[in-house]
Amino acid sequence: MTGSMDLPAKGGFDFDLCRRNNMLEKNGLKLPGFLKTGTTIVGLVFQDGVVLGADTRATEGPIVADKNCEKIHFMAPNIYCCGAGTAADTEAVTDMVSSQLQLHRYATGRESRVITALTLLKSHLFRYQGHVSAALVLGGVDCTGPHLHTVYPHGSTDTLPFATMGSGSLAAMSVFESRFKEGLTREEGIELVSDAIRAGIFNDLGSGSNVDVCVITKGKTEYLRNHQLPNPRTYASSKGFSFTKGQTEVLSTKIIPLKQKVEVAEGGDAMEE
Amino acid sequence: MVGKNCFAIASDRRLGVQLQTIATDFQRVFKIHDKLYIGLSGLATDAQTLWVFRILDSFWYQRLVFRHKLYQLREERDMKPETFASLVSALLYEKRFGPYFCQPVIAGLGDNDEPFICTMDCIGAKELAKDFVVSGTASESLYGACESMYKPNMEPEELFETISQALQASVDRDCLSGWGGYVLIV
Repeated sequence: MTGSMDLPAKGGFDFDLCRRNNMLEKNGLKLPGFLKTGTTIVGLVFQDGVVLGADTRATEGPIVADKNCEKIHFMAPNIYCCGAGTAADTEAVTDMVSSQLQLHRYATGRESRVITALTLLKSHLFRYQGHVSAALVLGGVDCTGPHLHTVYPHGSTDTLPFATMGSGSLAAMSVFESRFKEGLTREEGIELVSDAIRAGIFNDLGSGSNVDVCVITKGKTEYLRNHQLPNPRTYASSKGFSFTKGQTEVLSTKIIPLKQKVEVAEGGDAMEE
Repeated sequence: MVGKNCFAIASDRRLGVQLQTIATDFQRVFKIHDKLYIGLSGLATDAQTLWVFRILDSFWYQRLVFRHKLYQLREERDMKPETFASLVSALLYEKRFGPYFCQPVIAGLGDNDEPFICTMDCIGAKELAKDFVVSGTASESLYGACESMYKPNMEPEELFETISQALQASVDRDCLSGWGGYVLIV
């Protein structure tokens, strides 16, 4: 096997297998496809804070791998991030920056700022020159007010009052461009975001299933998971398939009872000096 | 597939190179501990695949058993399935730019015998599900078969029948899989 097993890796990427994989690719082996989130993600700033929205479909080529995945990732109690692109990259990058923000909070003793998360994300993505394929919509409310940013896979960022990313971004942007105005109320903001995501869900093939919404205001964050379910599963028959026992031909059976793990409570006497 | 306080994990038994069968009893589901299993499918998406490397990647599970044993020594208990899934995801993502060619399926019983299943793509993107997860060359037809045959809260007997029928039905429609299946119910 390649690689040593002595020490766990120090962290970061490991390029051990690249040469082997290049050789395999030259011999005709196609790399398996990655899970992508062909997505619609949106964000907008309303009068008290930020509303983020995302669809919930994860695709693997033309097949829907996950009908209800979570694309709004936690970064800090007051900062959330929606991710589009390669699913592993968005998850890894947001988890990593979230941990870094937590350490920073412990070190400084203060609430995290959105601009901190933004700088951490953009510098990581720029270092990998776009190969870490994560397009993000980052939003949050900190002591300086509500902020909304978009981060592109190559590391460029934009600061906007409303933003959309992903394959369904055009459909969602059309909804925003026609109905966005400054100073929306919370209900109007949620409705506009849901409408934009629904536009992406119904008009873009890479987005689908349900609408997730996250509302961030000063001091309070509400994650409305599956806020709307415009694609319920009504086509399944209530009877379903029923298989009688013995329908499958069994060649051999082995039943292994699991040993009960006995918890031994030591004595009961506390250690007294 | 998830059932009532139980889970089932199944794989086919064929090992092949392109259209030639090398073995008809290849084990793909490996035990990590009594209540945690991982299945590794090597993807064969086209013609010439160097089977040596695909099999070596299938044996990657030994690395996982090693990590789990270290964990057991340090923590004096078995790993929870969620933790194990994060471990596998991190190990796969380390090789983001030179990945292993395997797609794991992880199934285990967590606290209170709550079943947990998840699958990942070859770079570690976790996909949790409450009903079923699939991977492999016949994954597209497996999605279809499981989607129609799955019912929530099945007892172990019925779960066995359902998962076997779904596996057999899909595998019959795929040249690269076959020769029956192994099913593990916990």
